[in-house]
Amino acid sequence: MTKQEQHTRTKRYGMVIDLDRCTGCGACMVACYAENNVPFKKNESDKMLSLNWIRVFKVDNGKPFPDTEICYIPKPCMQCDGRHMEGHSPCVSVCPAVATDYDYPTGIVSQIYTRCFGCRYCMAACPYHARKFNWWDPSWPAEMEKYLNPDVSVRMRGVVEKCSFCYHRYQKARDKAYLEGRDEIYEHEYQPACVEACPTGAMTFGDLLNPEHEVYKLSRSKKAFRLLEKLHTNPKVYYLSSKSWVRRKADNYLEGQSPGQQNNARKTETASH
Amino acid sequence: MTTPAIPEGVKRCSTGKFALWLAVVGAVLLWGVYAMFLVWYKGLNQTGMNDAYGFALWIWADLTVIALGGGAFFSGFLTYIIGKKELKSIINYAVIIGFICYSSALLILALDIGQPLRGWFIFWHANVHSMLTEVAFCLSVYFAVLTIEFLPIVLENPKLDRIPFLHHLSHNLHEVMAVFAATGVFLSFFHQGSLGGVAGVLYGRPFAFREGLLIWPWTFFLFTWSAAAVGPCFTVLITRITEKVTGKKLVKQATFRLLAKISGWMLLTYMIAKIIDTWYWAAVTAPAKGFTLMDFYTNNPVYGIWILIAELVICGLLPAVILVTRKGRENNLLLMTGVILAVIGVCINRWVMVLQVMAAPLLPFQDWYMYMPTWQEIATTILPIAYGIILIMLAYRYLPVFPQEKELNSGS
Amino acid sequence: MFPFIFEWAWDIPHLVFMGALWYALSIIGAGLTYCILKSLYDTATEEGGESHEHH
Repeated sequence: MTKQEQHTRTKRYGMVIDLDRCTGCGACMVACYAENNVPFKKNESDKMLSLNWIRVFKVDNGKPFPDTEICYIPKPCMQCDGRHMEGHSPCVSVCPAVATDYDYPTGIVSQIYTRCFGCRYCMAACPYHARKFNWWDPSWPAEMEKYLNPDVSVRMRGVVEKCSFCYHRYQKARDKAYLEGRDEIYEHEYQPACVEACPTGAMTFGDLLNPEHEVYKLSRSKKAFRLLEKLHTNPKVYYLSSKSWVRRKADNYLEGQSPGQQNNARKTETASH
Repeated sequence: MTTPAIPEGVKRCSTGKFALWLAVVGAVLLWGVYAMFLVWYKGLNQTGMNDAYGFALWIWADLTVIALGGGAFFSGFLTYIIGKKELKSIINYAVIIGFICYSSALLILALDIGQPLRGWFIFWHANVHSMLTEVAFCLSVYFAVLTIEFLPIVLENPKLDRIPFLHHLSHNLHEVMAVFAATGVFLSFFHQGSLGGVAGVLYGRPFAFREGLLIWPWTFFLFTWSAAAVGPCFTVLITRITEKVTGKKLVKQATFRLLAKISGWMLLTYMIAKIIDTWYWAAVTAPAKGFTLMDFYTNNPVYGIWILIAELVICGLLPAVILVTRKGRENNLLLMTGVILAVIGVCINRWVMVLQVMAAPLLPFQDWYMYMPTWQEIATTILPIAYGIILIMLAYRYLPVFPQEKELNSGS
Repeated sequence: MFPFIFEWAWDIPHLVFMGALWYALSIIGAGLTYCILKSLYDTATEEGGESHEHH
């Protein structure tokens, strides 16, 4: 470990998405496609064959007009910390060839495309369907190939890919900080493409452990919740919503249970182990 | 050389008839090979899989052939380690069936991975924490053991046996076979278990996840146990089919009954463990993750509670009861019913632990995922069956597979 | 798989897993080597040419 790394405190980069603000415009998806060289096909009608590192889901409260309410849920990779917060995210521990790894300095789950041999065990393990498989050779219309991002490698057929929280932007920010003689990078220096593109400011990104970063405060808000918390995957993507029906859509509840009781239930469960 | 290729003292059909059947099965094989090359050339877009179904028909086929091929390790264990001499009359065939099953599993795995040319990464860059790594290692090494166990049978072909070195090699391999068999049992215990662990460790998938002992989820032990229980049933089934096709008695009834009895008790104890596991999962494990048992069996067109009943009762407890009772084993029809139900039961178990895991939705705003295999997937899954039949045809014709055949058919 | 590959770590999981693997491979290798060498020896020292006992 170099001196530089020793000085740098461990980060837990995470995202907070305010669902009350999200309009479902899809700008985050478009930005992600462009930033990360995500290929697309002529026919994208089958969404389970689409490559997208972030996908916006539309959910409703199930009530008929005029009581219908809609909410959009953008879903990138949750960058799970794993059951015991030790980096054993559902996907990392199952990969047989160490092609996906948990980066302890940042908490970001990486994917090494040239190492992946396409067994798709990580996809089976991920409860969020955040992992996508390259079923076809990647291709872009001829003119578009000129616009590919040189900082992100394009992937080959037969491997798994997923959201990296634009890790290449973190590397760039770190290089810049190093050249300027800093140990730390500023909050604004490292922001993923989707967060930058969001026109309503619904997405916030930063170090969840740094009290100076906005996500620190937001992730601790009463409105904050995560998807499928009961699975104990410990995602680093938080959502904010003031609507109780939206929170109910984020996890599975037994009869009589409600999102409010969840924390209590979890405490009892932990105590019983 | 004038030595006949067919073992001494046994009757085989004419070369013409043999070639005709070889051509028929060969045509099916070629269909599968064509599909196989399509998949390798064009990629996995040739399948019905998608991002929800990363694991599908092939992984099911893989798990199933390995469970059914478990007859080789368990018969080997009973013959060489426990010392059940009666099983010597069927062990050769159990080894051949195991060899077919395991070579098929390796072929299917080579098809299933997105980058087949990088398949060796699983060994080279092994992640020792992954159940799949353990599967790959144990499976490959055990396949090597099966090849070594198969080798002396091949070398006993009259033409090969004439060559002094091969004759001695066959003899010497027989001499130390117990060592290989013991290694095979050790490896099988782990890879059969790890295949169960593949689903059981998925803590993000409440349908599959199980608690367990140390690093091993309960499915680890259940898979090993069920393979040991049903593997011999599959050996009995294939041997009886071979007897029907050839019109000959190949193995003594007593051997079938002994295997069936051992299978029956293994199956009964397995079913008790499996039912306790299912109950604990439905009552404790799944509810802690926000799911009730019926969440996994409703709101979809395929997976109703019938599949659980079929697996546990009709193809689980029922065959176990048939096979542990003397009357059940002595009645030929009941015996075969028990054997077939047990084989179907393990097929259902492996299906559920692969495909239903993928089908069940996790987020409340998502629906069940349904999957339909393409013809390429089906053809490549039938391919190993055709290959297996051809290998059995060749082995039966040219190798002394059944030591009791001469004695049992001397009257005819 | 080998200590010179960069994922390798001298930790308990690697020692247990790879230890079991190399142990199994050694037994198989040793068994096979023994059989081949013994067969070569038997062939070389065999008397009476091509007529051998069937076991």
